[in-house]
Order: sequence, then C-alpha cells, then structure tokens
Amino acid sequence: MLQIDRWKRILIIGICLLGLAYAMPNLFYKRVEAHNDAVATIEKTGVTTPELEAARDGWPGWLPNGLVNLGLDLRGGAHLLGEVKVEQVYKSRMDSLWPELRSALAAERATVGAIRRVPAEDGVLKIEIGNPEQLARAVEIVRGFSEPVTTLSGAGQTSLAISAAGNTITIQLSDAEKAVTDDRTIQQSLEIIRRRVDEVGTREPTIMRQGEDRVLIQVPGIGSAAELKALIGTTAKLTFNPVVGTGGDPDARVGIGQVVLPSADQDGIYYTIEETPVVTGEELTDALPSTDQNGLPAVDFRFNPTGARKFGAYTSANVGQPFAIVLDDQVISAPVIRQAITTGSGQISGSMDYEEANRLAVLLRAGALPAELNFLEERTVGPELGQDSVDAGRIASAVGFAAVIVLMVLSYGMFGVFAAVALGVNMVLVFAILSIIGATLTLPGIAGIVLTIGMAVDANVLVFERIREELRTARGPARAIELGYERAMSAIVDANITTLIIAAILFVLGSGPVKGFAVTLSIGIVTSVFTALFVTRLITVFWFERARPRHIEV
Amino acid sequence: MAFRLRLVPAQTNIDFFRWQFLTFGFSTILAVLSVVFLLIFGLNFGIDFRGGTTIRTESTQAIDVGVYREALQPLGLGDVAISEVFDPTFRDDQFVSQVRISAQDGVESVTPETISAVEAALKAVDPAITFPSVESVGPKVSGELIKTAIYAVLASLVAISFYIWVRFEWQFAIGAIVSLVHDVLITMGIFSLFQIKFDLTTIAALLTIVGYSINDTVVVFDRLRENLMKYKKRPLRDLMNLSVNETLSRTLMTSGTTLVALIALLVLGGDVIRSFVFAITFGILIGTYSSVYVAKNVVLWLGVKRDWSKKDPKEVGSPFSGAEVD
Repeated sequence: MLQIDRWKRILIIGICLLGLAYAMPNLFYKRVEAHNDAVATIEKTGVTTPELEAARDGWPGWLPNGLVNLGLDLRGGAHLLGEVKVEQVYKSRMDSLWPELRSALAAERATVGAIRRVPAEDGVLKIEIGNPEQLARAVEIVRGFSEPVTTLSGAGQTSLAISAAGNTITIQLSDAEKAVTDDRTIQQSLEIIRRRVDEVGTREPTIMRQGEDRVLIQVPGIGSAAELKALIGTTAKLTFNPVVGTGGDPDARVGIGQVVLPSADQDGIYYTIEETPVVTGEELTDALPSTDQNGLPAVDFRFNPTGARKFGAYTSANVGQPFAIVLDDQVISAPVIRQAITTGSGQISGSMDYEEANRLAVLLRAGALPAELNFLEERTVGPELGQDSVDAGRIASAVGFAAVIVLMVLSYGMFGVFAAVALGVNMVLVFAILSIIGATLTLPGIAGIVLTIGMAVDANVLVFERIREELRTARGPARAIELGYERAMSAIVDANITTLIIAAILFVLGSGPVKGFAVTLSIGIVTSVFTALFVTRLITVFWFERARPRHIEV
Repeated sequence: MAFRLRLVPAQTNIDFFRWQFLTFGFSTILAVLSVVFLLIFGLNFGIDFRGGTTIRTESTQAIDVGVYREALQPLGLGDVAISEVFDPTFRDDQFVSQVRISAQDGVESVTPETISAVEAALKAVDPAITFPSVESVGPKVSGELIKTAIYAVLASLVAISFYIWVRFEWQFAIGAIVSLVHDVLITMGIFSLFQIKFDLTTIAALLTIVGYSINDTVVVFDRLRENLMKYKKRPLRDLMNLSVNETLSRTLMTSGTTLVALIALLVLGGDVIRSFVFAITFGILIGTYSSVYVAKNVVLWLGVKRDWSKKDPKEVGSPFSGAEVD
C-alpha cells in the first residue's frame, strides 16, 4: 500500500525546508552580499564602523549566508589564462651558477687551465677549460655543485645534468630538477599573483593552476583584462643592487655593467647602479611593516640563508654606502647601509608613511614573478552586459517555468499540480546546493537550469504515464500509484545515469562556461530525481490519505 | 478537473516500421547532406577554436557596418568580420555589433595594443560606443580547445555505449550510438548550412543533445526489455512497436516541456547564448525523432537474443554474444 514511514516523511520535508533555508539568501542577494563583506572586513581589520555594522546587521547572522557565486559573464570582470615561461628560471639558475663555478674552477687553475664560458642556448652553461686532459677533474669540481633532488619519482637523481667532451663541459638542470623547479616556479607565481590581486581588494578572485605550466586568473568587478595584466605585471623583478651614483640625468654616462634607473617616487632623481644584483627578491623570505627606532614607519625584512650570507658579506664591506632596492626597473628606495647586516634580517626606513610602508612590505613579500607570464587567453565582460544576461536569464526561467507548469497541469490535472510543486522545490534545491558548494553560476549555467526545468518533470511524466497504464488494468488507485512508481523506477534510473555521465564528462573536460553548465545540469538531474521520487510521492500520499479516492484520474 | 491535454491518444497502435525505409532514407539523406555541408562550407568556428579576438560593441546610435569597416581598414588587421546583432530583448536605443579579428600573424599571445587600437578607431567614428565584452584566444589555446572538445564528444559516446552495453545488450549500445552520431552529425550539418557560430559552448550543447537523446532512447529500450520478458514469443518488431507506442505519450510530453522551456530561453534569453540554445533546441527535436525512428531500427536489424534458458546454438559462453532475428 501507499506507505511512507513517518521518519522518512520528516526527512523529506526536512530536506526541503533545509533547501529553502539555504536558497533563501539568494532572494536578498545585495543585502547578504553586503553582510558577508562587512563580516569579512571586520574580521580582517578588527575595525568596526557604523556603516559596516549597518551592513552586517542587514542580514541576521544565524541565517545561512551562502550565495550563488555569479560568474564573470554575469557579474562582469576579467579572465586571463597565462603561461608561465618556466624555462626562464633554468636560464637564471645557470647564470647565477656561473660566477660560483668560475671561482671554484679558478682555484684549480693550475690543474685545469684557463676557463671560459662559451655561448650556448638559454638554460645551458658551457665551459671550456684550457687543459683538456684534466677534464675529469673539472667535471668533479662541477659535480660538487650538484645536489640530490628529493622527489617521489626522482629519487637518486641530482640537480645538474653534466656532460663533457673534448675540452667542453655542458651543464644544465637535470630533468628531475627541472620538474621540481617548474613546480616551484608555478607555486611562486600563483602566490605572487594572488597577493597582487588581493591588493585591489576585489571579491573572490579565482587564481589557480591549470595543467602543467598555466595559471588561470579570474577577477570579478575589474574593468578590463588589460587592467588586470597591468596589475599582475609581466616582468616584475625585485633586486638589491649596489649604487654607484645619484643624479638628475637619465642619460648619464655609465660604466660597463651599470645602468641608470629612475626613482619610483621622486621625480627627476636617477640612480646609477650596478646591474648585477647583490641579492634578489627570490631570496627574501618575509617582509613586515614596522617602525624604526624613532617610531617612524619602516619595513622589516628577512632573507633565506643564501641571501643572508650574500647580504652580510656585501653590507659589511660597504658600510656608509647606499644600496638600491629595485622593483620593475625603478628604485623604490636607496637607504644607506648603517652597519653590516649579518643576521639575514634588516630594516628599510626612510621618508614613508604607514600606508607606504605597508605597500612596500606587500611588494617585497610578493616579490617578483620568478618567470614571465605569456597570456594565451583573455576575456573581459562589462558589468552591464552581465546584468543584462542575468535579467534575460531570470525572465526566460520564469516564463519557461510557468509554461512547463501549465503544460503539466493541463496534462495531468491534480498530479500536474503535484509535479509543479515538486518543480518549485527542485529549483529551490538547485539554488541551495549551488550556494552550499559555492559553485559559480554562469550564463550557460542559467541555460542548464532552464533545461533542467524542462527535463526535471521527465521522471514525473514517466511515473504518471505509468500510473495511467496501470489504471487501465483496473487494480484500484492505490495499487496503480504504487506500481507506477515501482515500474517507472528502472527507466528513471537509466535515463538519468546516462545524462549524469554526460554531465560528468562535460565537467572534467570542459573549461569555464562549459563547466558551469555541467554543474547546474548535474545538480538539476540529482535534485529532479529526488523531487520526482520522494517529494511528488509524498504529496501524492498526503493527498491520497486525506481524500481516499475510489477513483483517480491522472 | 475533467479536461486533459493529451498530446497523443491514450492508446496508440502505430506501426513505426511501416515507413522504416522512408525514415531510414530520410535520416541517411540528412546525415549525408550534413557531411557534404561540413565538407563544403565547414563550420563557422568562433574564436575559441580559431584564435583571435571578438569585441562586442554597444552604442545608442544606429550602427553602420561600412563605417566601422572603413575605420578599421587602416589598422591592417587582416581578416576583420563585423556583424550587427539584432535581438528582441534589446532596448530601442541599443545597437550591438560584433567585431571579429582573426589571430594576428606571428603573435603567440594576445596583444592589448591591437585591442586598444581597434577600440580607439571605433570610438573615433562613434563617440557613444562602449565595449561590453572583449575576448581573445591565442592560437595555442584554441588548438587545445579543439582537441579537448573532440575528446569530450568521443569520451561521452564511449561512456554511454559502455553503460548501455552493461545495462542492456550490445545491440542496444550500437543502436544508441548510431542514433547519437546521427543526432550530432545532423545538428552540425545545420550549423554548417546556416553558418551559425560554433564554439566551446556549442560543444556543450552537442553533449547535452547526446545526453537528452540517450535519455529518450533508454526509456524506449527499458520498456522494450520489460516487454521482451513479458511476451516471450511475440516477434521483436511487434514488441518494438508496442514499446514505442506505450512510451509515446511520455516521449512527447517530456520533449514538449523541455521544448517549451527552451523556446522561452531562445526568445528571451538574449543573443549571447542564442546559438547555444538553438543547438540544444534543434537537437531535442532530432533526438526525439531518432529515439523513435533510428535507435531501435538498428537494434531490430541486429536482432536480440530472446531465450536465455536455451544456450546459443552458435556460441556457448558469453551471454552477450548471441543474436537472433525474428
């Protein structure tokens, strides 16, 4: 008979109510958004202003506050897909290895003879030695610079791949080391991009790795992809260089290995600096805003051991001399070295206010991108177009929804009404799940929802048609309903699993908008099966228990 | 509530195989025509697959495509396609156009200079112009997108046929695949014939069609399987007709509700996703047709083993290997 246990009834109704609670914030989108932002700001800064409080109190804290994330195409914003030129790191690794190698080999000049770096492609270091018979000895010295690589797959491998022939030694990073380096380069790039994007304080930027050497950056609310590119910077590099002189002439004559760079904040001031940096930003581990001994804003920084050693050696040899902190070919600051800094930590002080100190700390921490970014794809959607799409989607959904309900009620009468209620519940559940998992709703996602509206009633239709058939064999309404559900089950399961397979493939292989479509489609499939099999059935049972009809018409 | 809308009478008894050579011929001609269209006209690939830049412009002034073209001429961008977009959802003073610039020679990534040059040139002829969206895809990515798109379609065909083979029998899987290829091919043919923009979202639409069409087909198959067990001796052809007749009202009802929702989206959903929605709408029509007229015809020709108690005379072993034609 038509029996549903009490606990099951409570469970089904409970799920529906829970869905309603979680979907509800989307009806008050602006208010909830303001509330969430205010809560986040208060938490982050610890400062509470009346405006923030008002925004926070706009939505009760005990209610769910998850919202459906609107995609870039609905909210406006910029999307960038960049490729990190990881090979650049190989080159800089080899370039920085050369001076160390040169001094190590020079120490053995008596045995190996004169040494000379010869041209080779980027990322490869070729050294000629004067005494070919001692090649083995030279290789041995070079090998001393190779370190074991610790990875799961690369066990037993060392960081350098060294080969030698005639009087030439060829050195490059080993494959294992390249893999490790690539990974680190991408991680660093992601971190740096994230910090720079966070600087503008936009809501929920997406910054993630994609594939081997790609990064995907999506920032809602930003005017254009070009703006975003400028923000991220493509070649930003932080270095600490020796200062040769200061002046007002951008075309000052300089010696070999020296360049003239402008000051970042003082117009008309130019610094002549040594091009080879003492330390680079990659060797910086931390930077924090602080105050100096006079209580003025300053920035504390700390180097890693290698950087600390180099910095210590340089500062002890150059007390009283200025050195330049160079970012993106601009001198941010050129403080005078007051004492040797051997601890690996130091302080940058100068004429800056707290805001500037903070900004400098962020820049130092964020440092330079370890390698250039090459942009492969960029998309900008204006906020108005996004709003138009939301409006169009809303109207289309409403009209589609109404039309489907009319069709269902005309076809199945009372049962059509049940299906319509279930369809409403279905929509609520879709939005609830989207809010809970924090999925992003895109324009094709809206299309997915509208398609779901059309297809969601399918399970109901299967059941109702089946009930009609069972009624023809006149076994009484209760039995017909029960058999209807029972027999339609396998068709419902098969039909929906196949669609779910498609949605899963779309999700795995798709990118961007296609993924959004796959998400709403799969959620819609799951919720529509739930509503058709449980919600409609429960409503039918409630109705049946009250009305106790002798005869039903589907 | 006495009135009931019935899309089909309560009980139908249509012989769907009566016209099978006609329908088969119709399907074959459409499929062949689609291949011909694809070969002759090709597909109007969007920038997702071809690389390049699409700039959407919007203005309160009426758009003169010729003026735009002249403004862009001096930039020497090569292939520039400008088309005005019309849509019933636009406001009276909303004029939209689409400027497509093909991937520039020798440029791996997208140059913002090109985009700003184009924007400046258009601003010069129409000061009221705005650029609500700009999209650029480099040639490297577009190649990969084509590849993943093809993989996605193939993977879904394989996954579905595997599922059907496991749940039903291999003949059903083949029937389903044939009808899916039929649907996808004809939809692509339409895209080729009318040169509708074919991009990443169109692939999503094609896969949705695959999902919907298989959904429809599976319901018929499911009923067929049930009837095969119920009527052990009736000819396969009769059972197929019976199954389709029994599920006909469901098939049309579900297609009806889906189409109603999609038509709402097609008319009111805006021009940005129109080609996507069009693909799905068309695909649902063809998918409904193919689940009635294509999938099971293939199964009928392949035959289905009926009596599981008897060992297959030809081969003893795998339960999926036998075939018997009534």
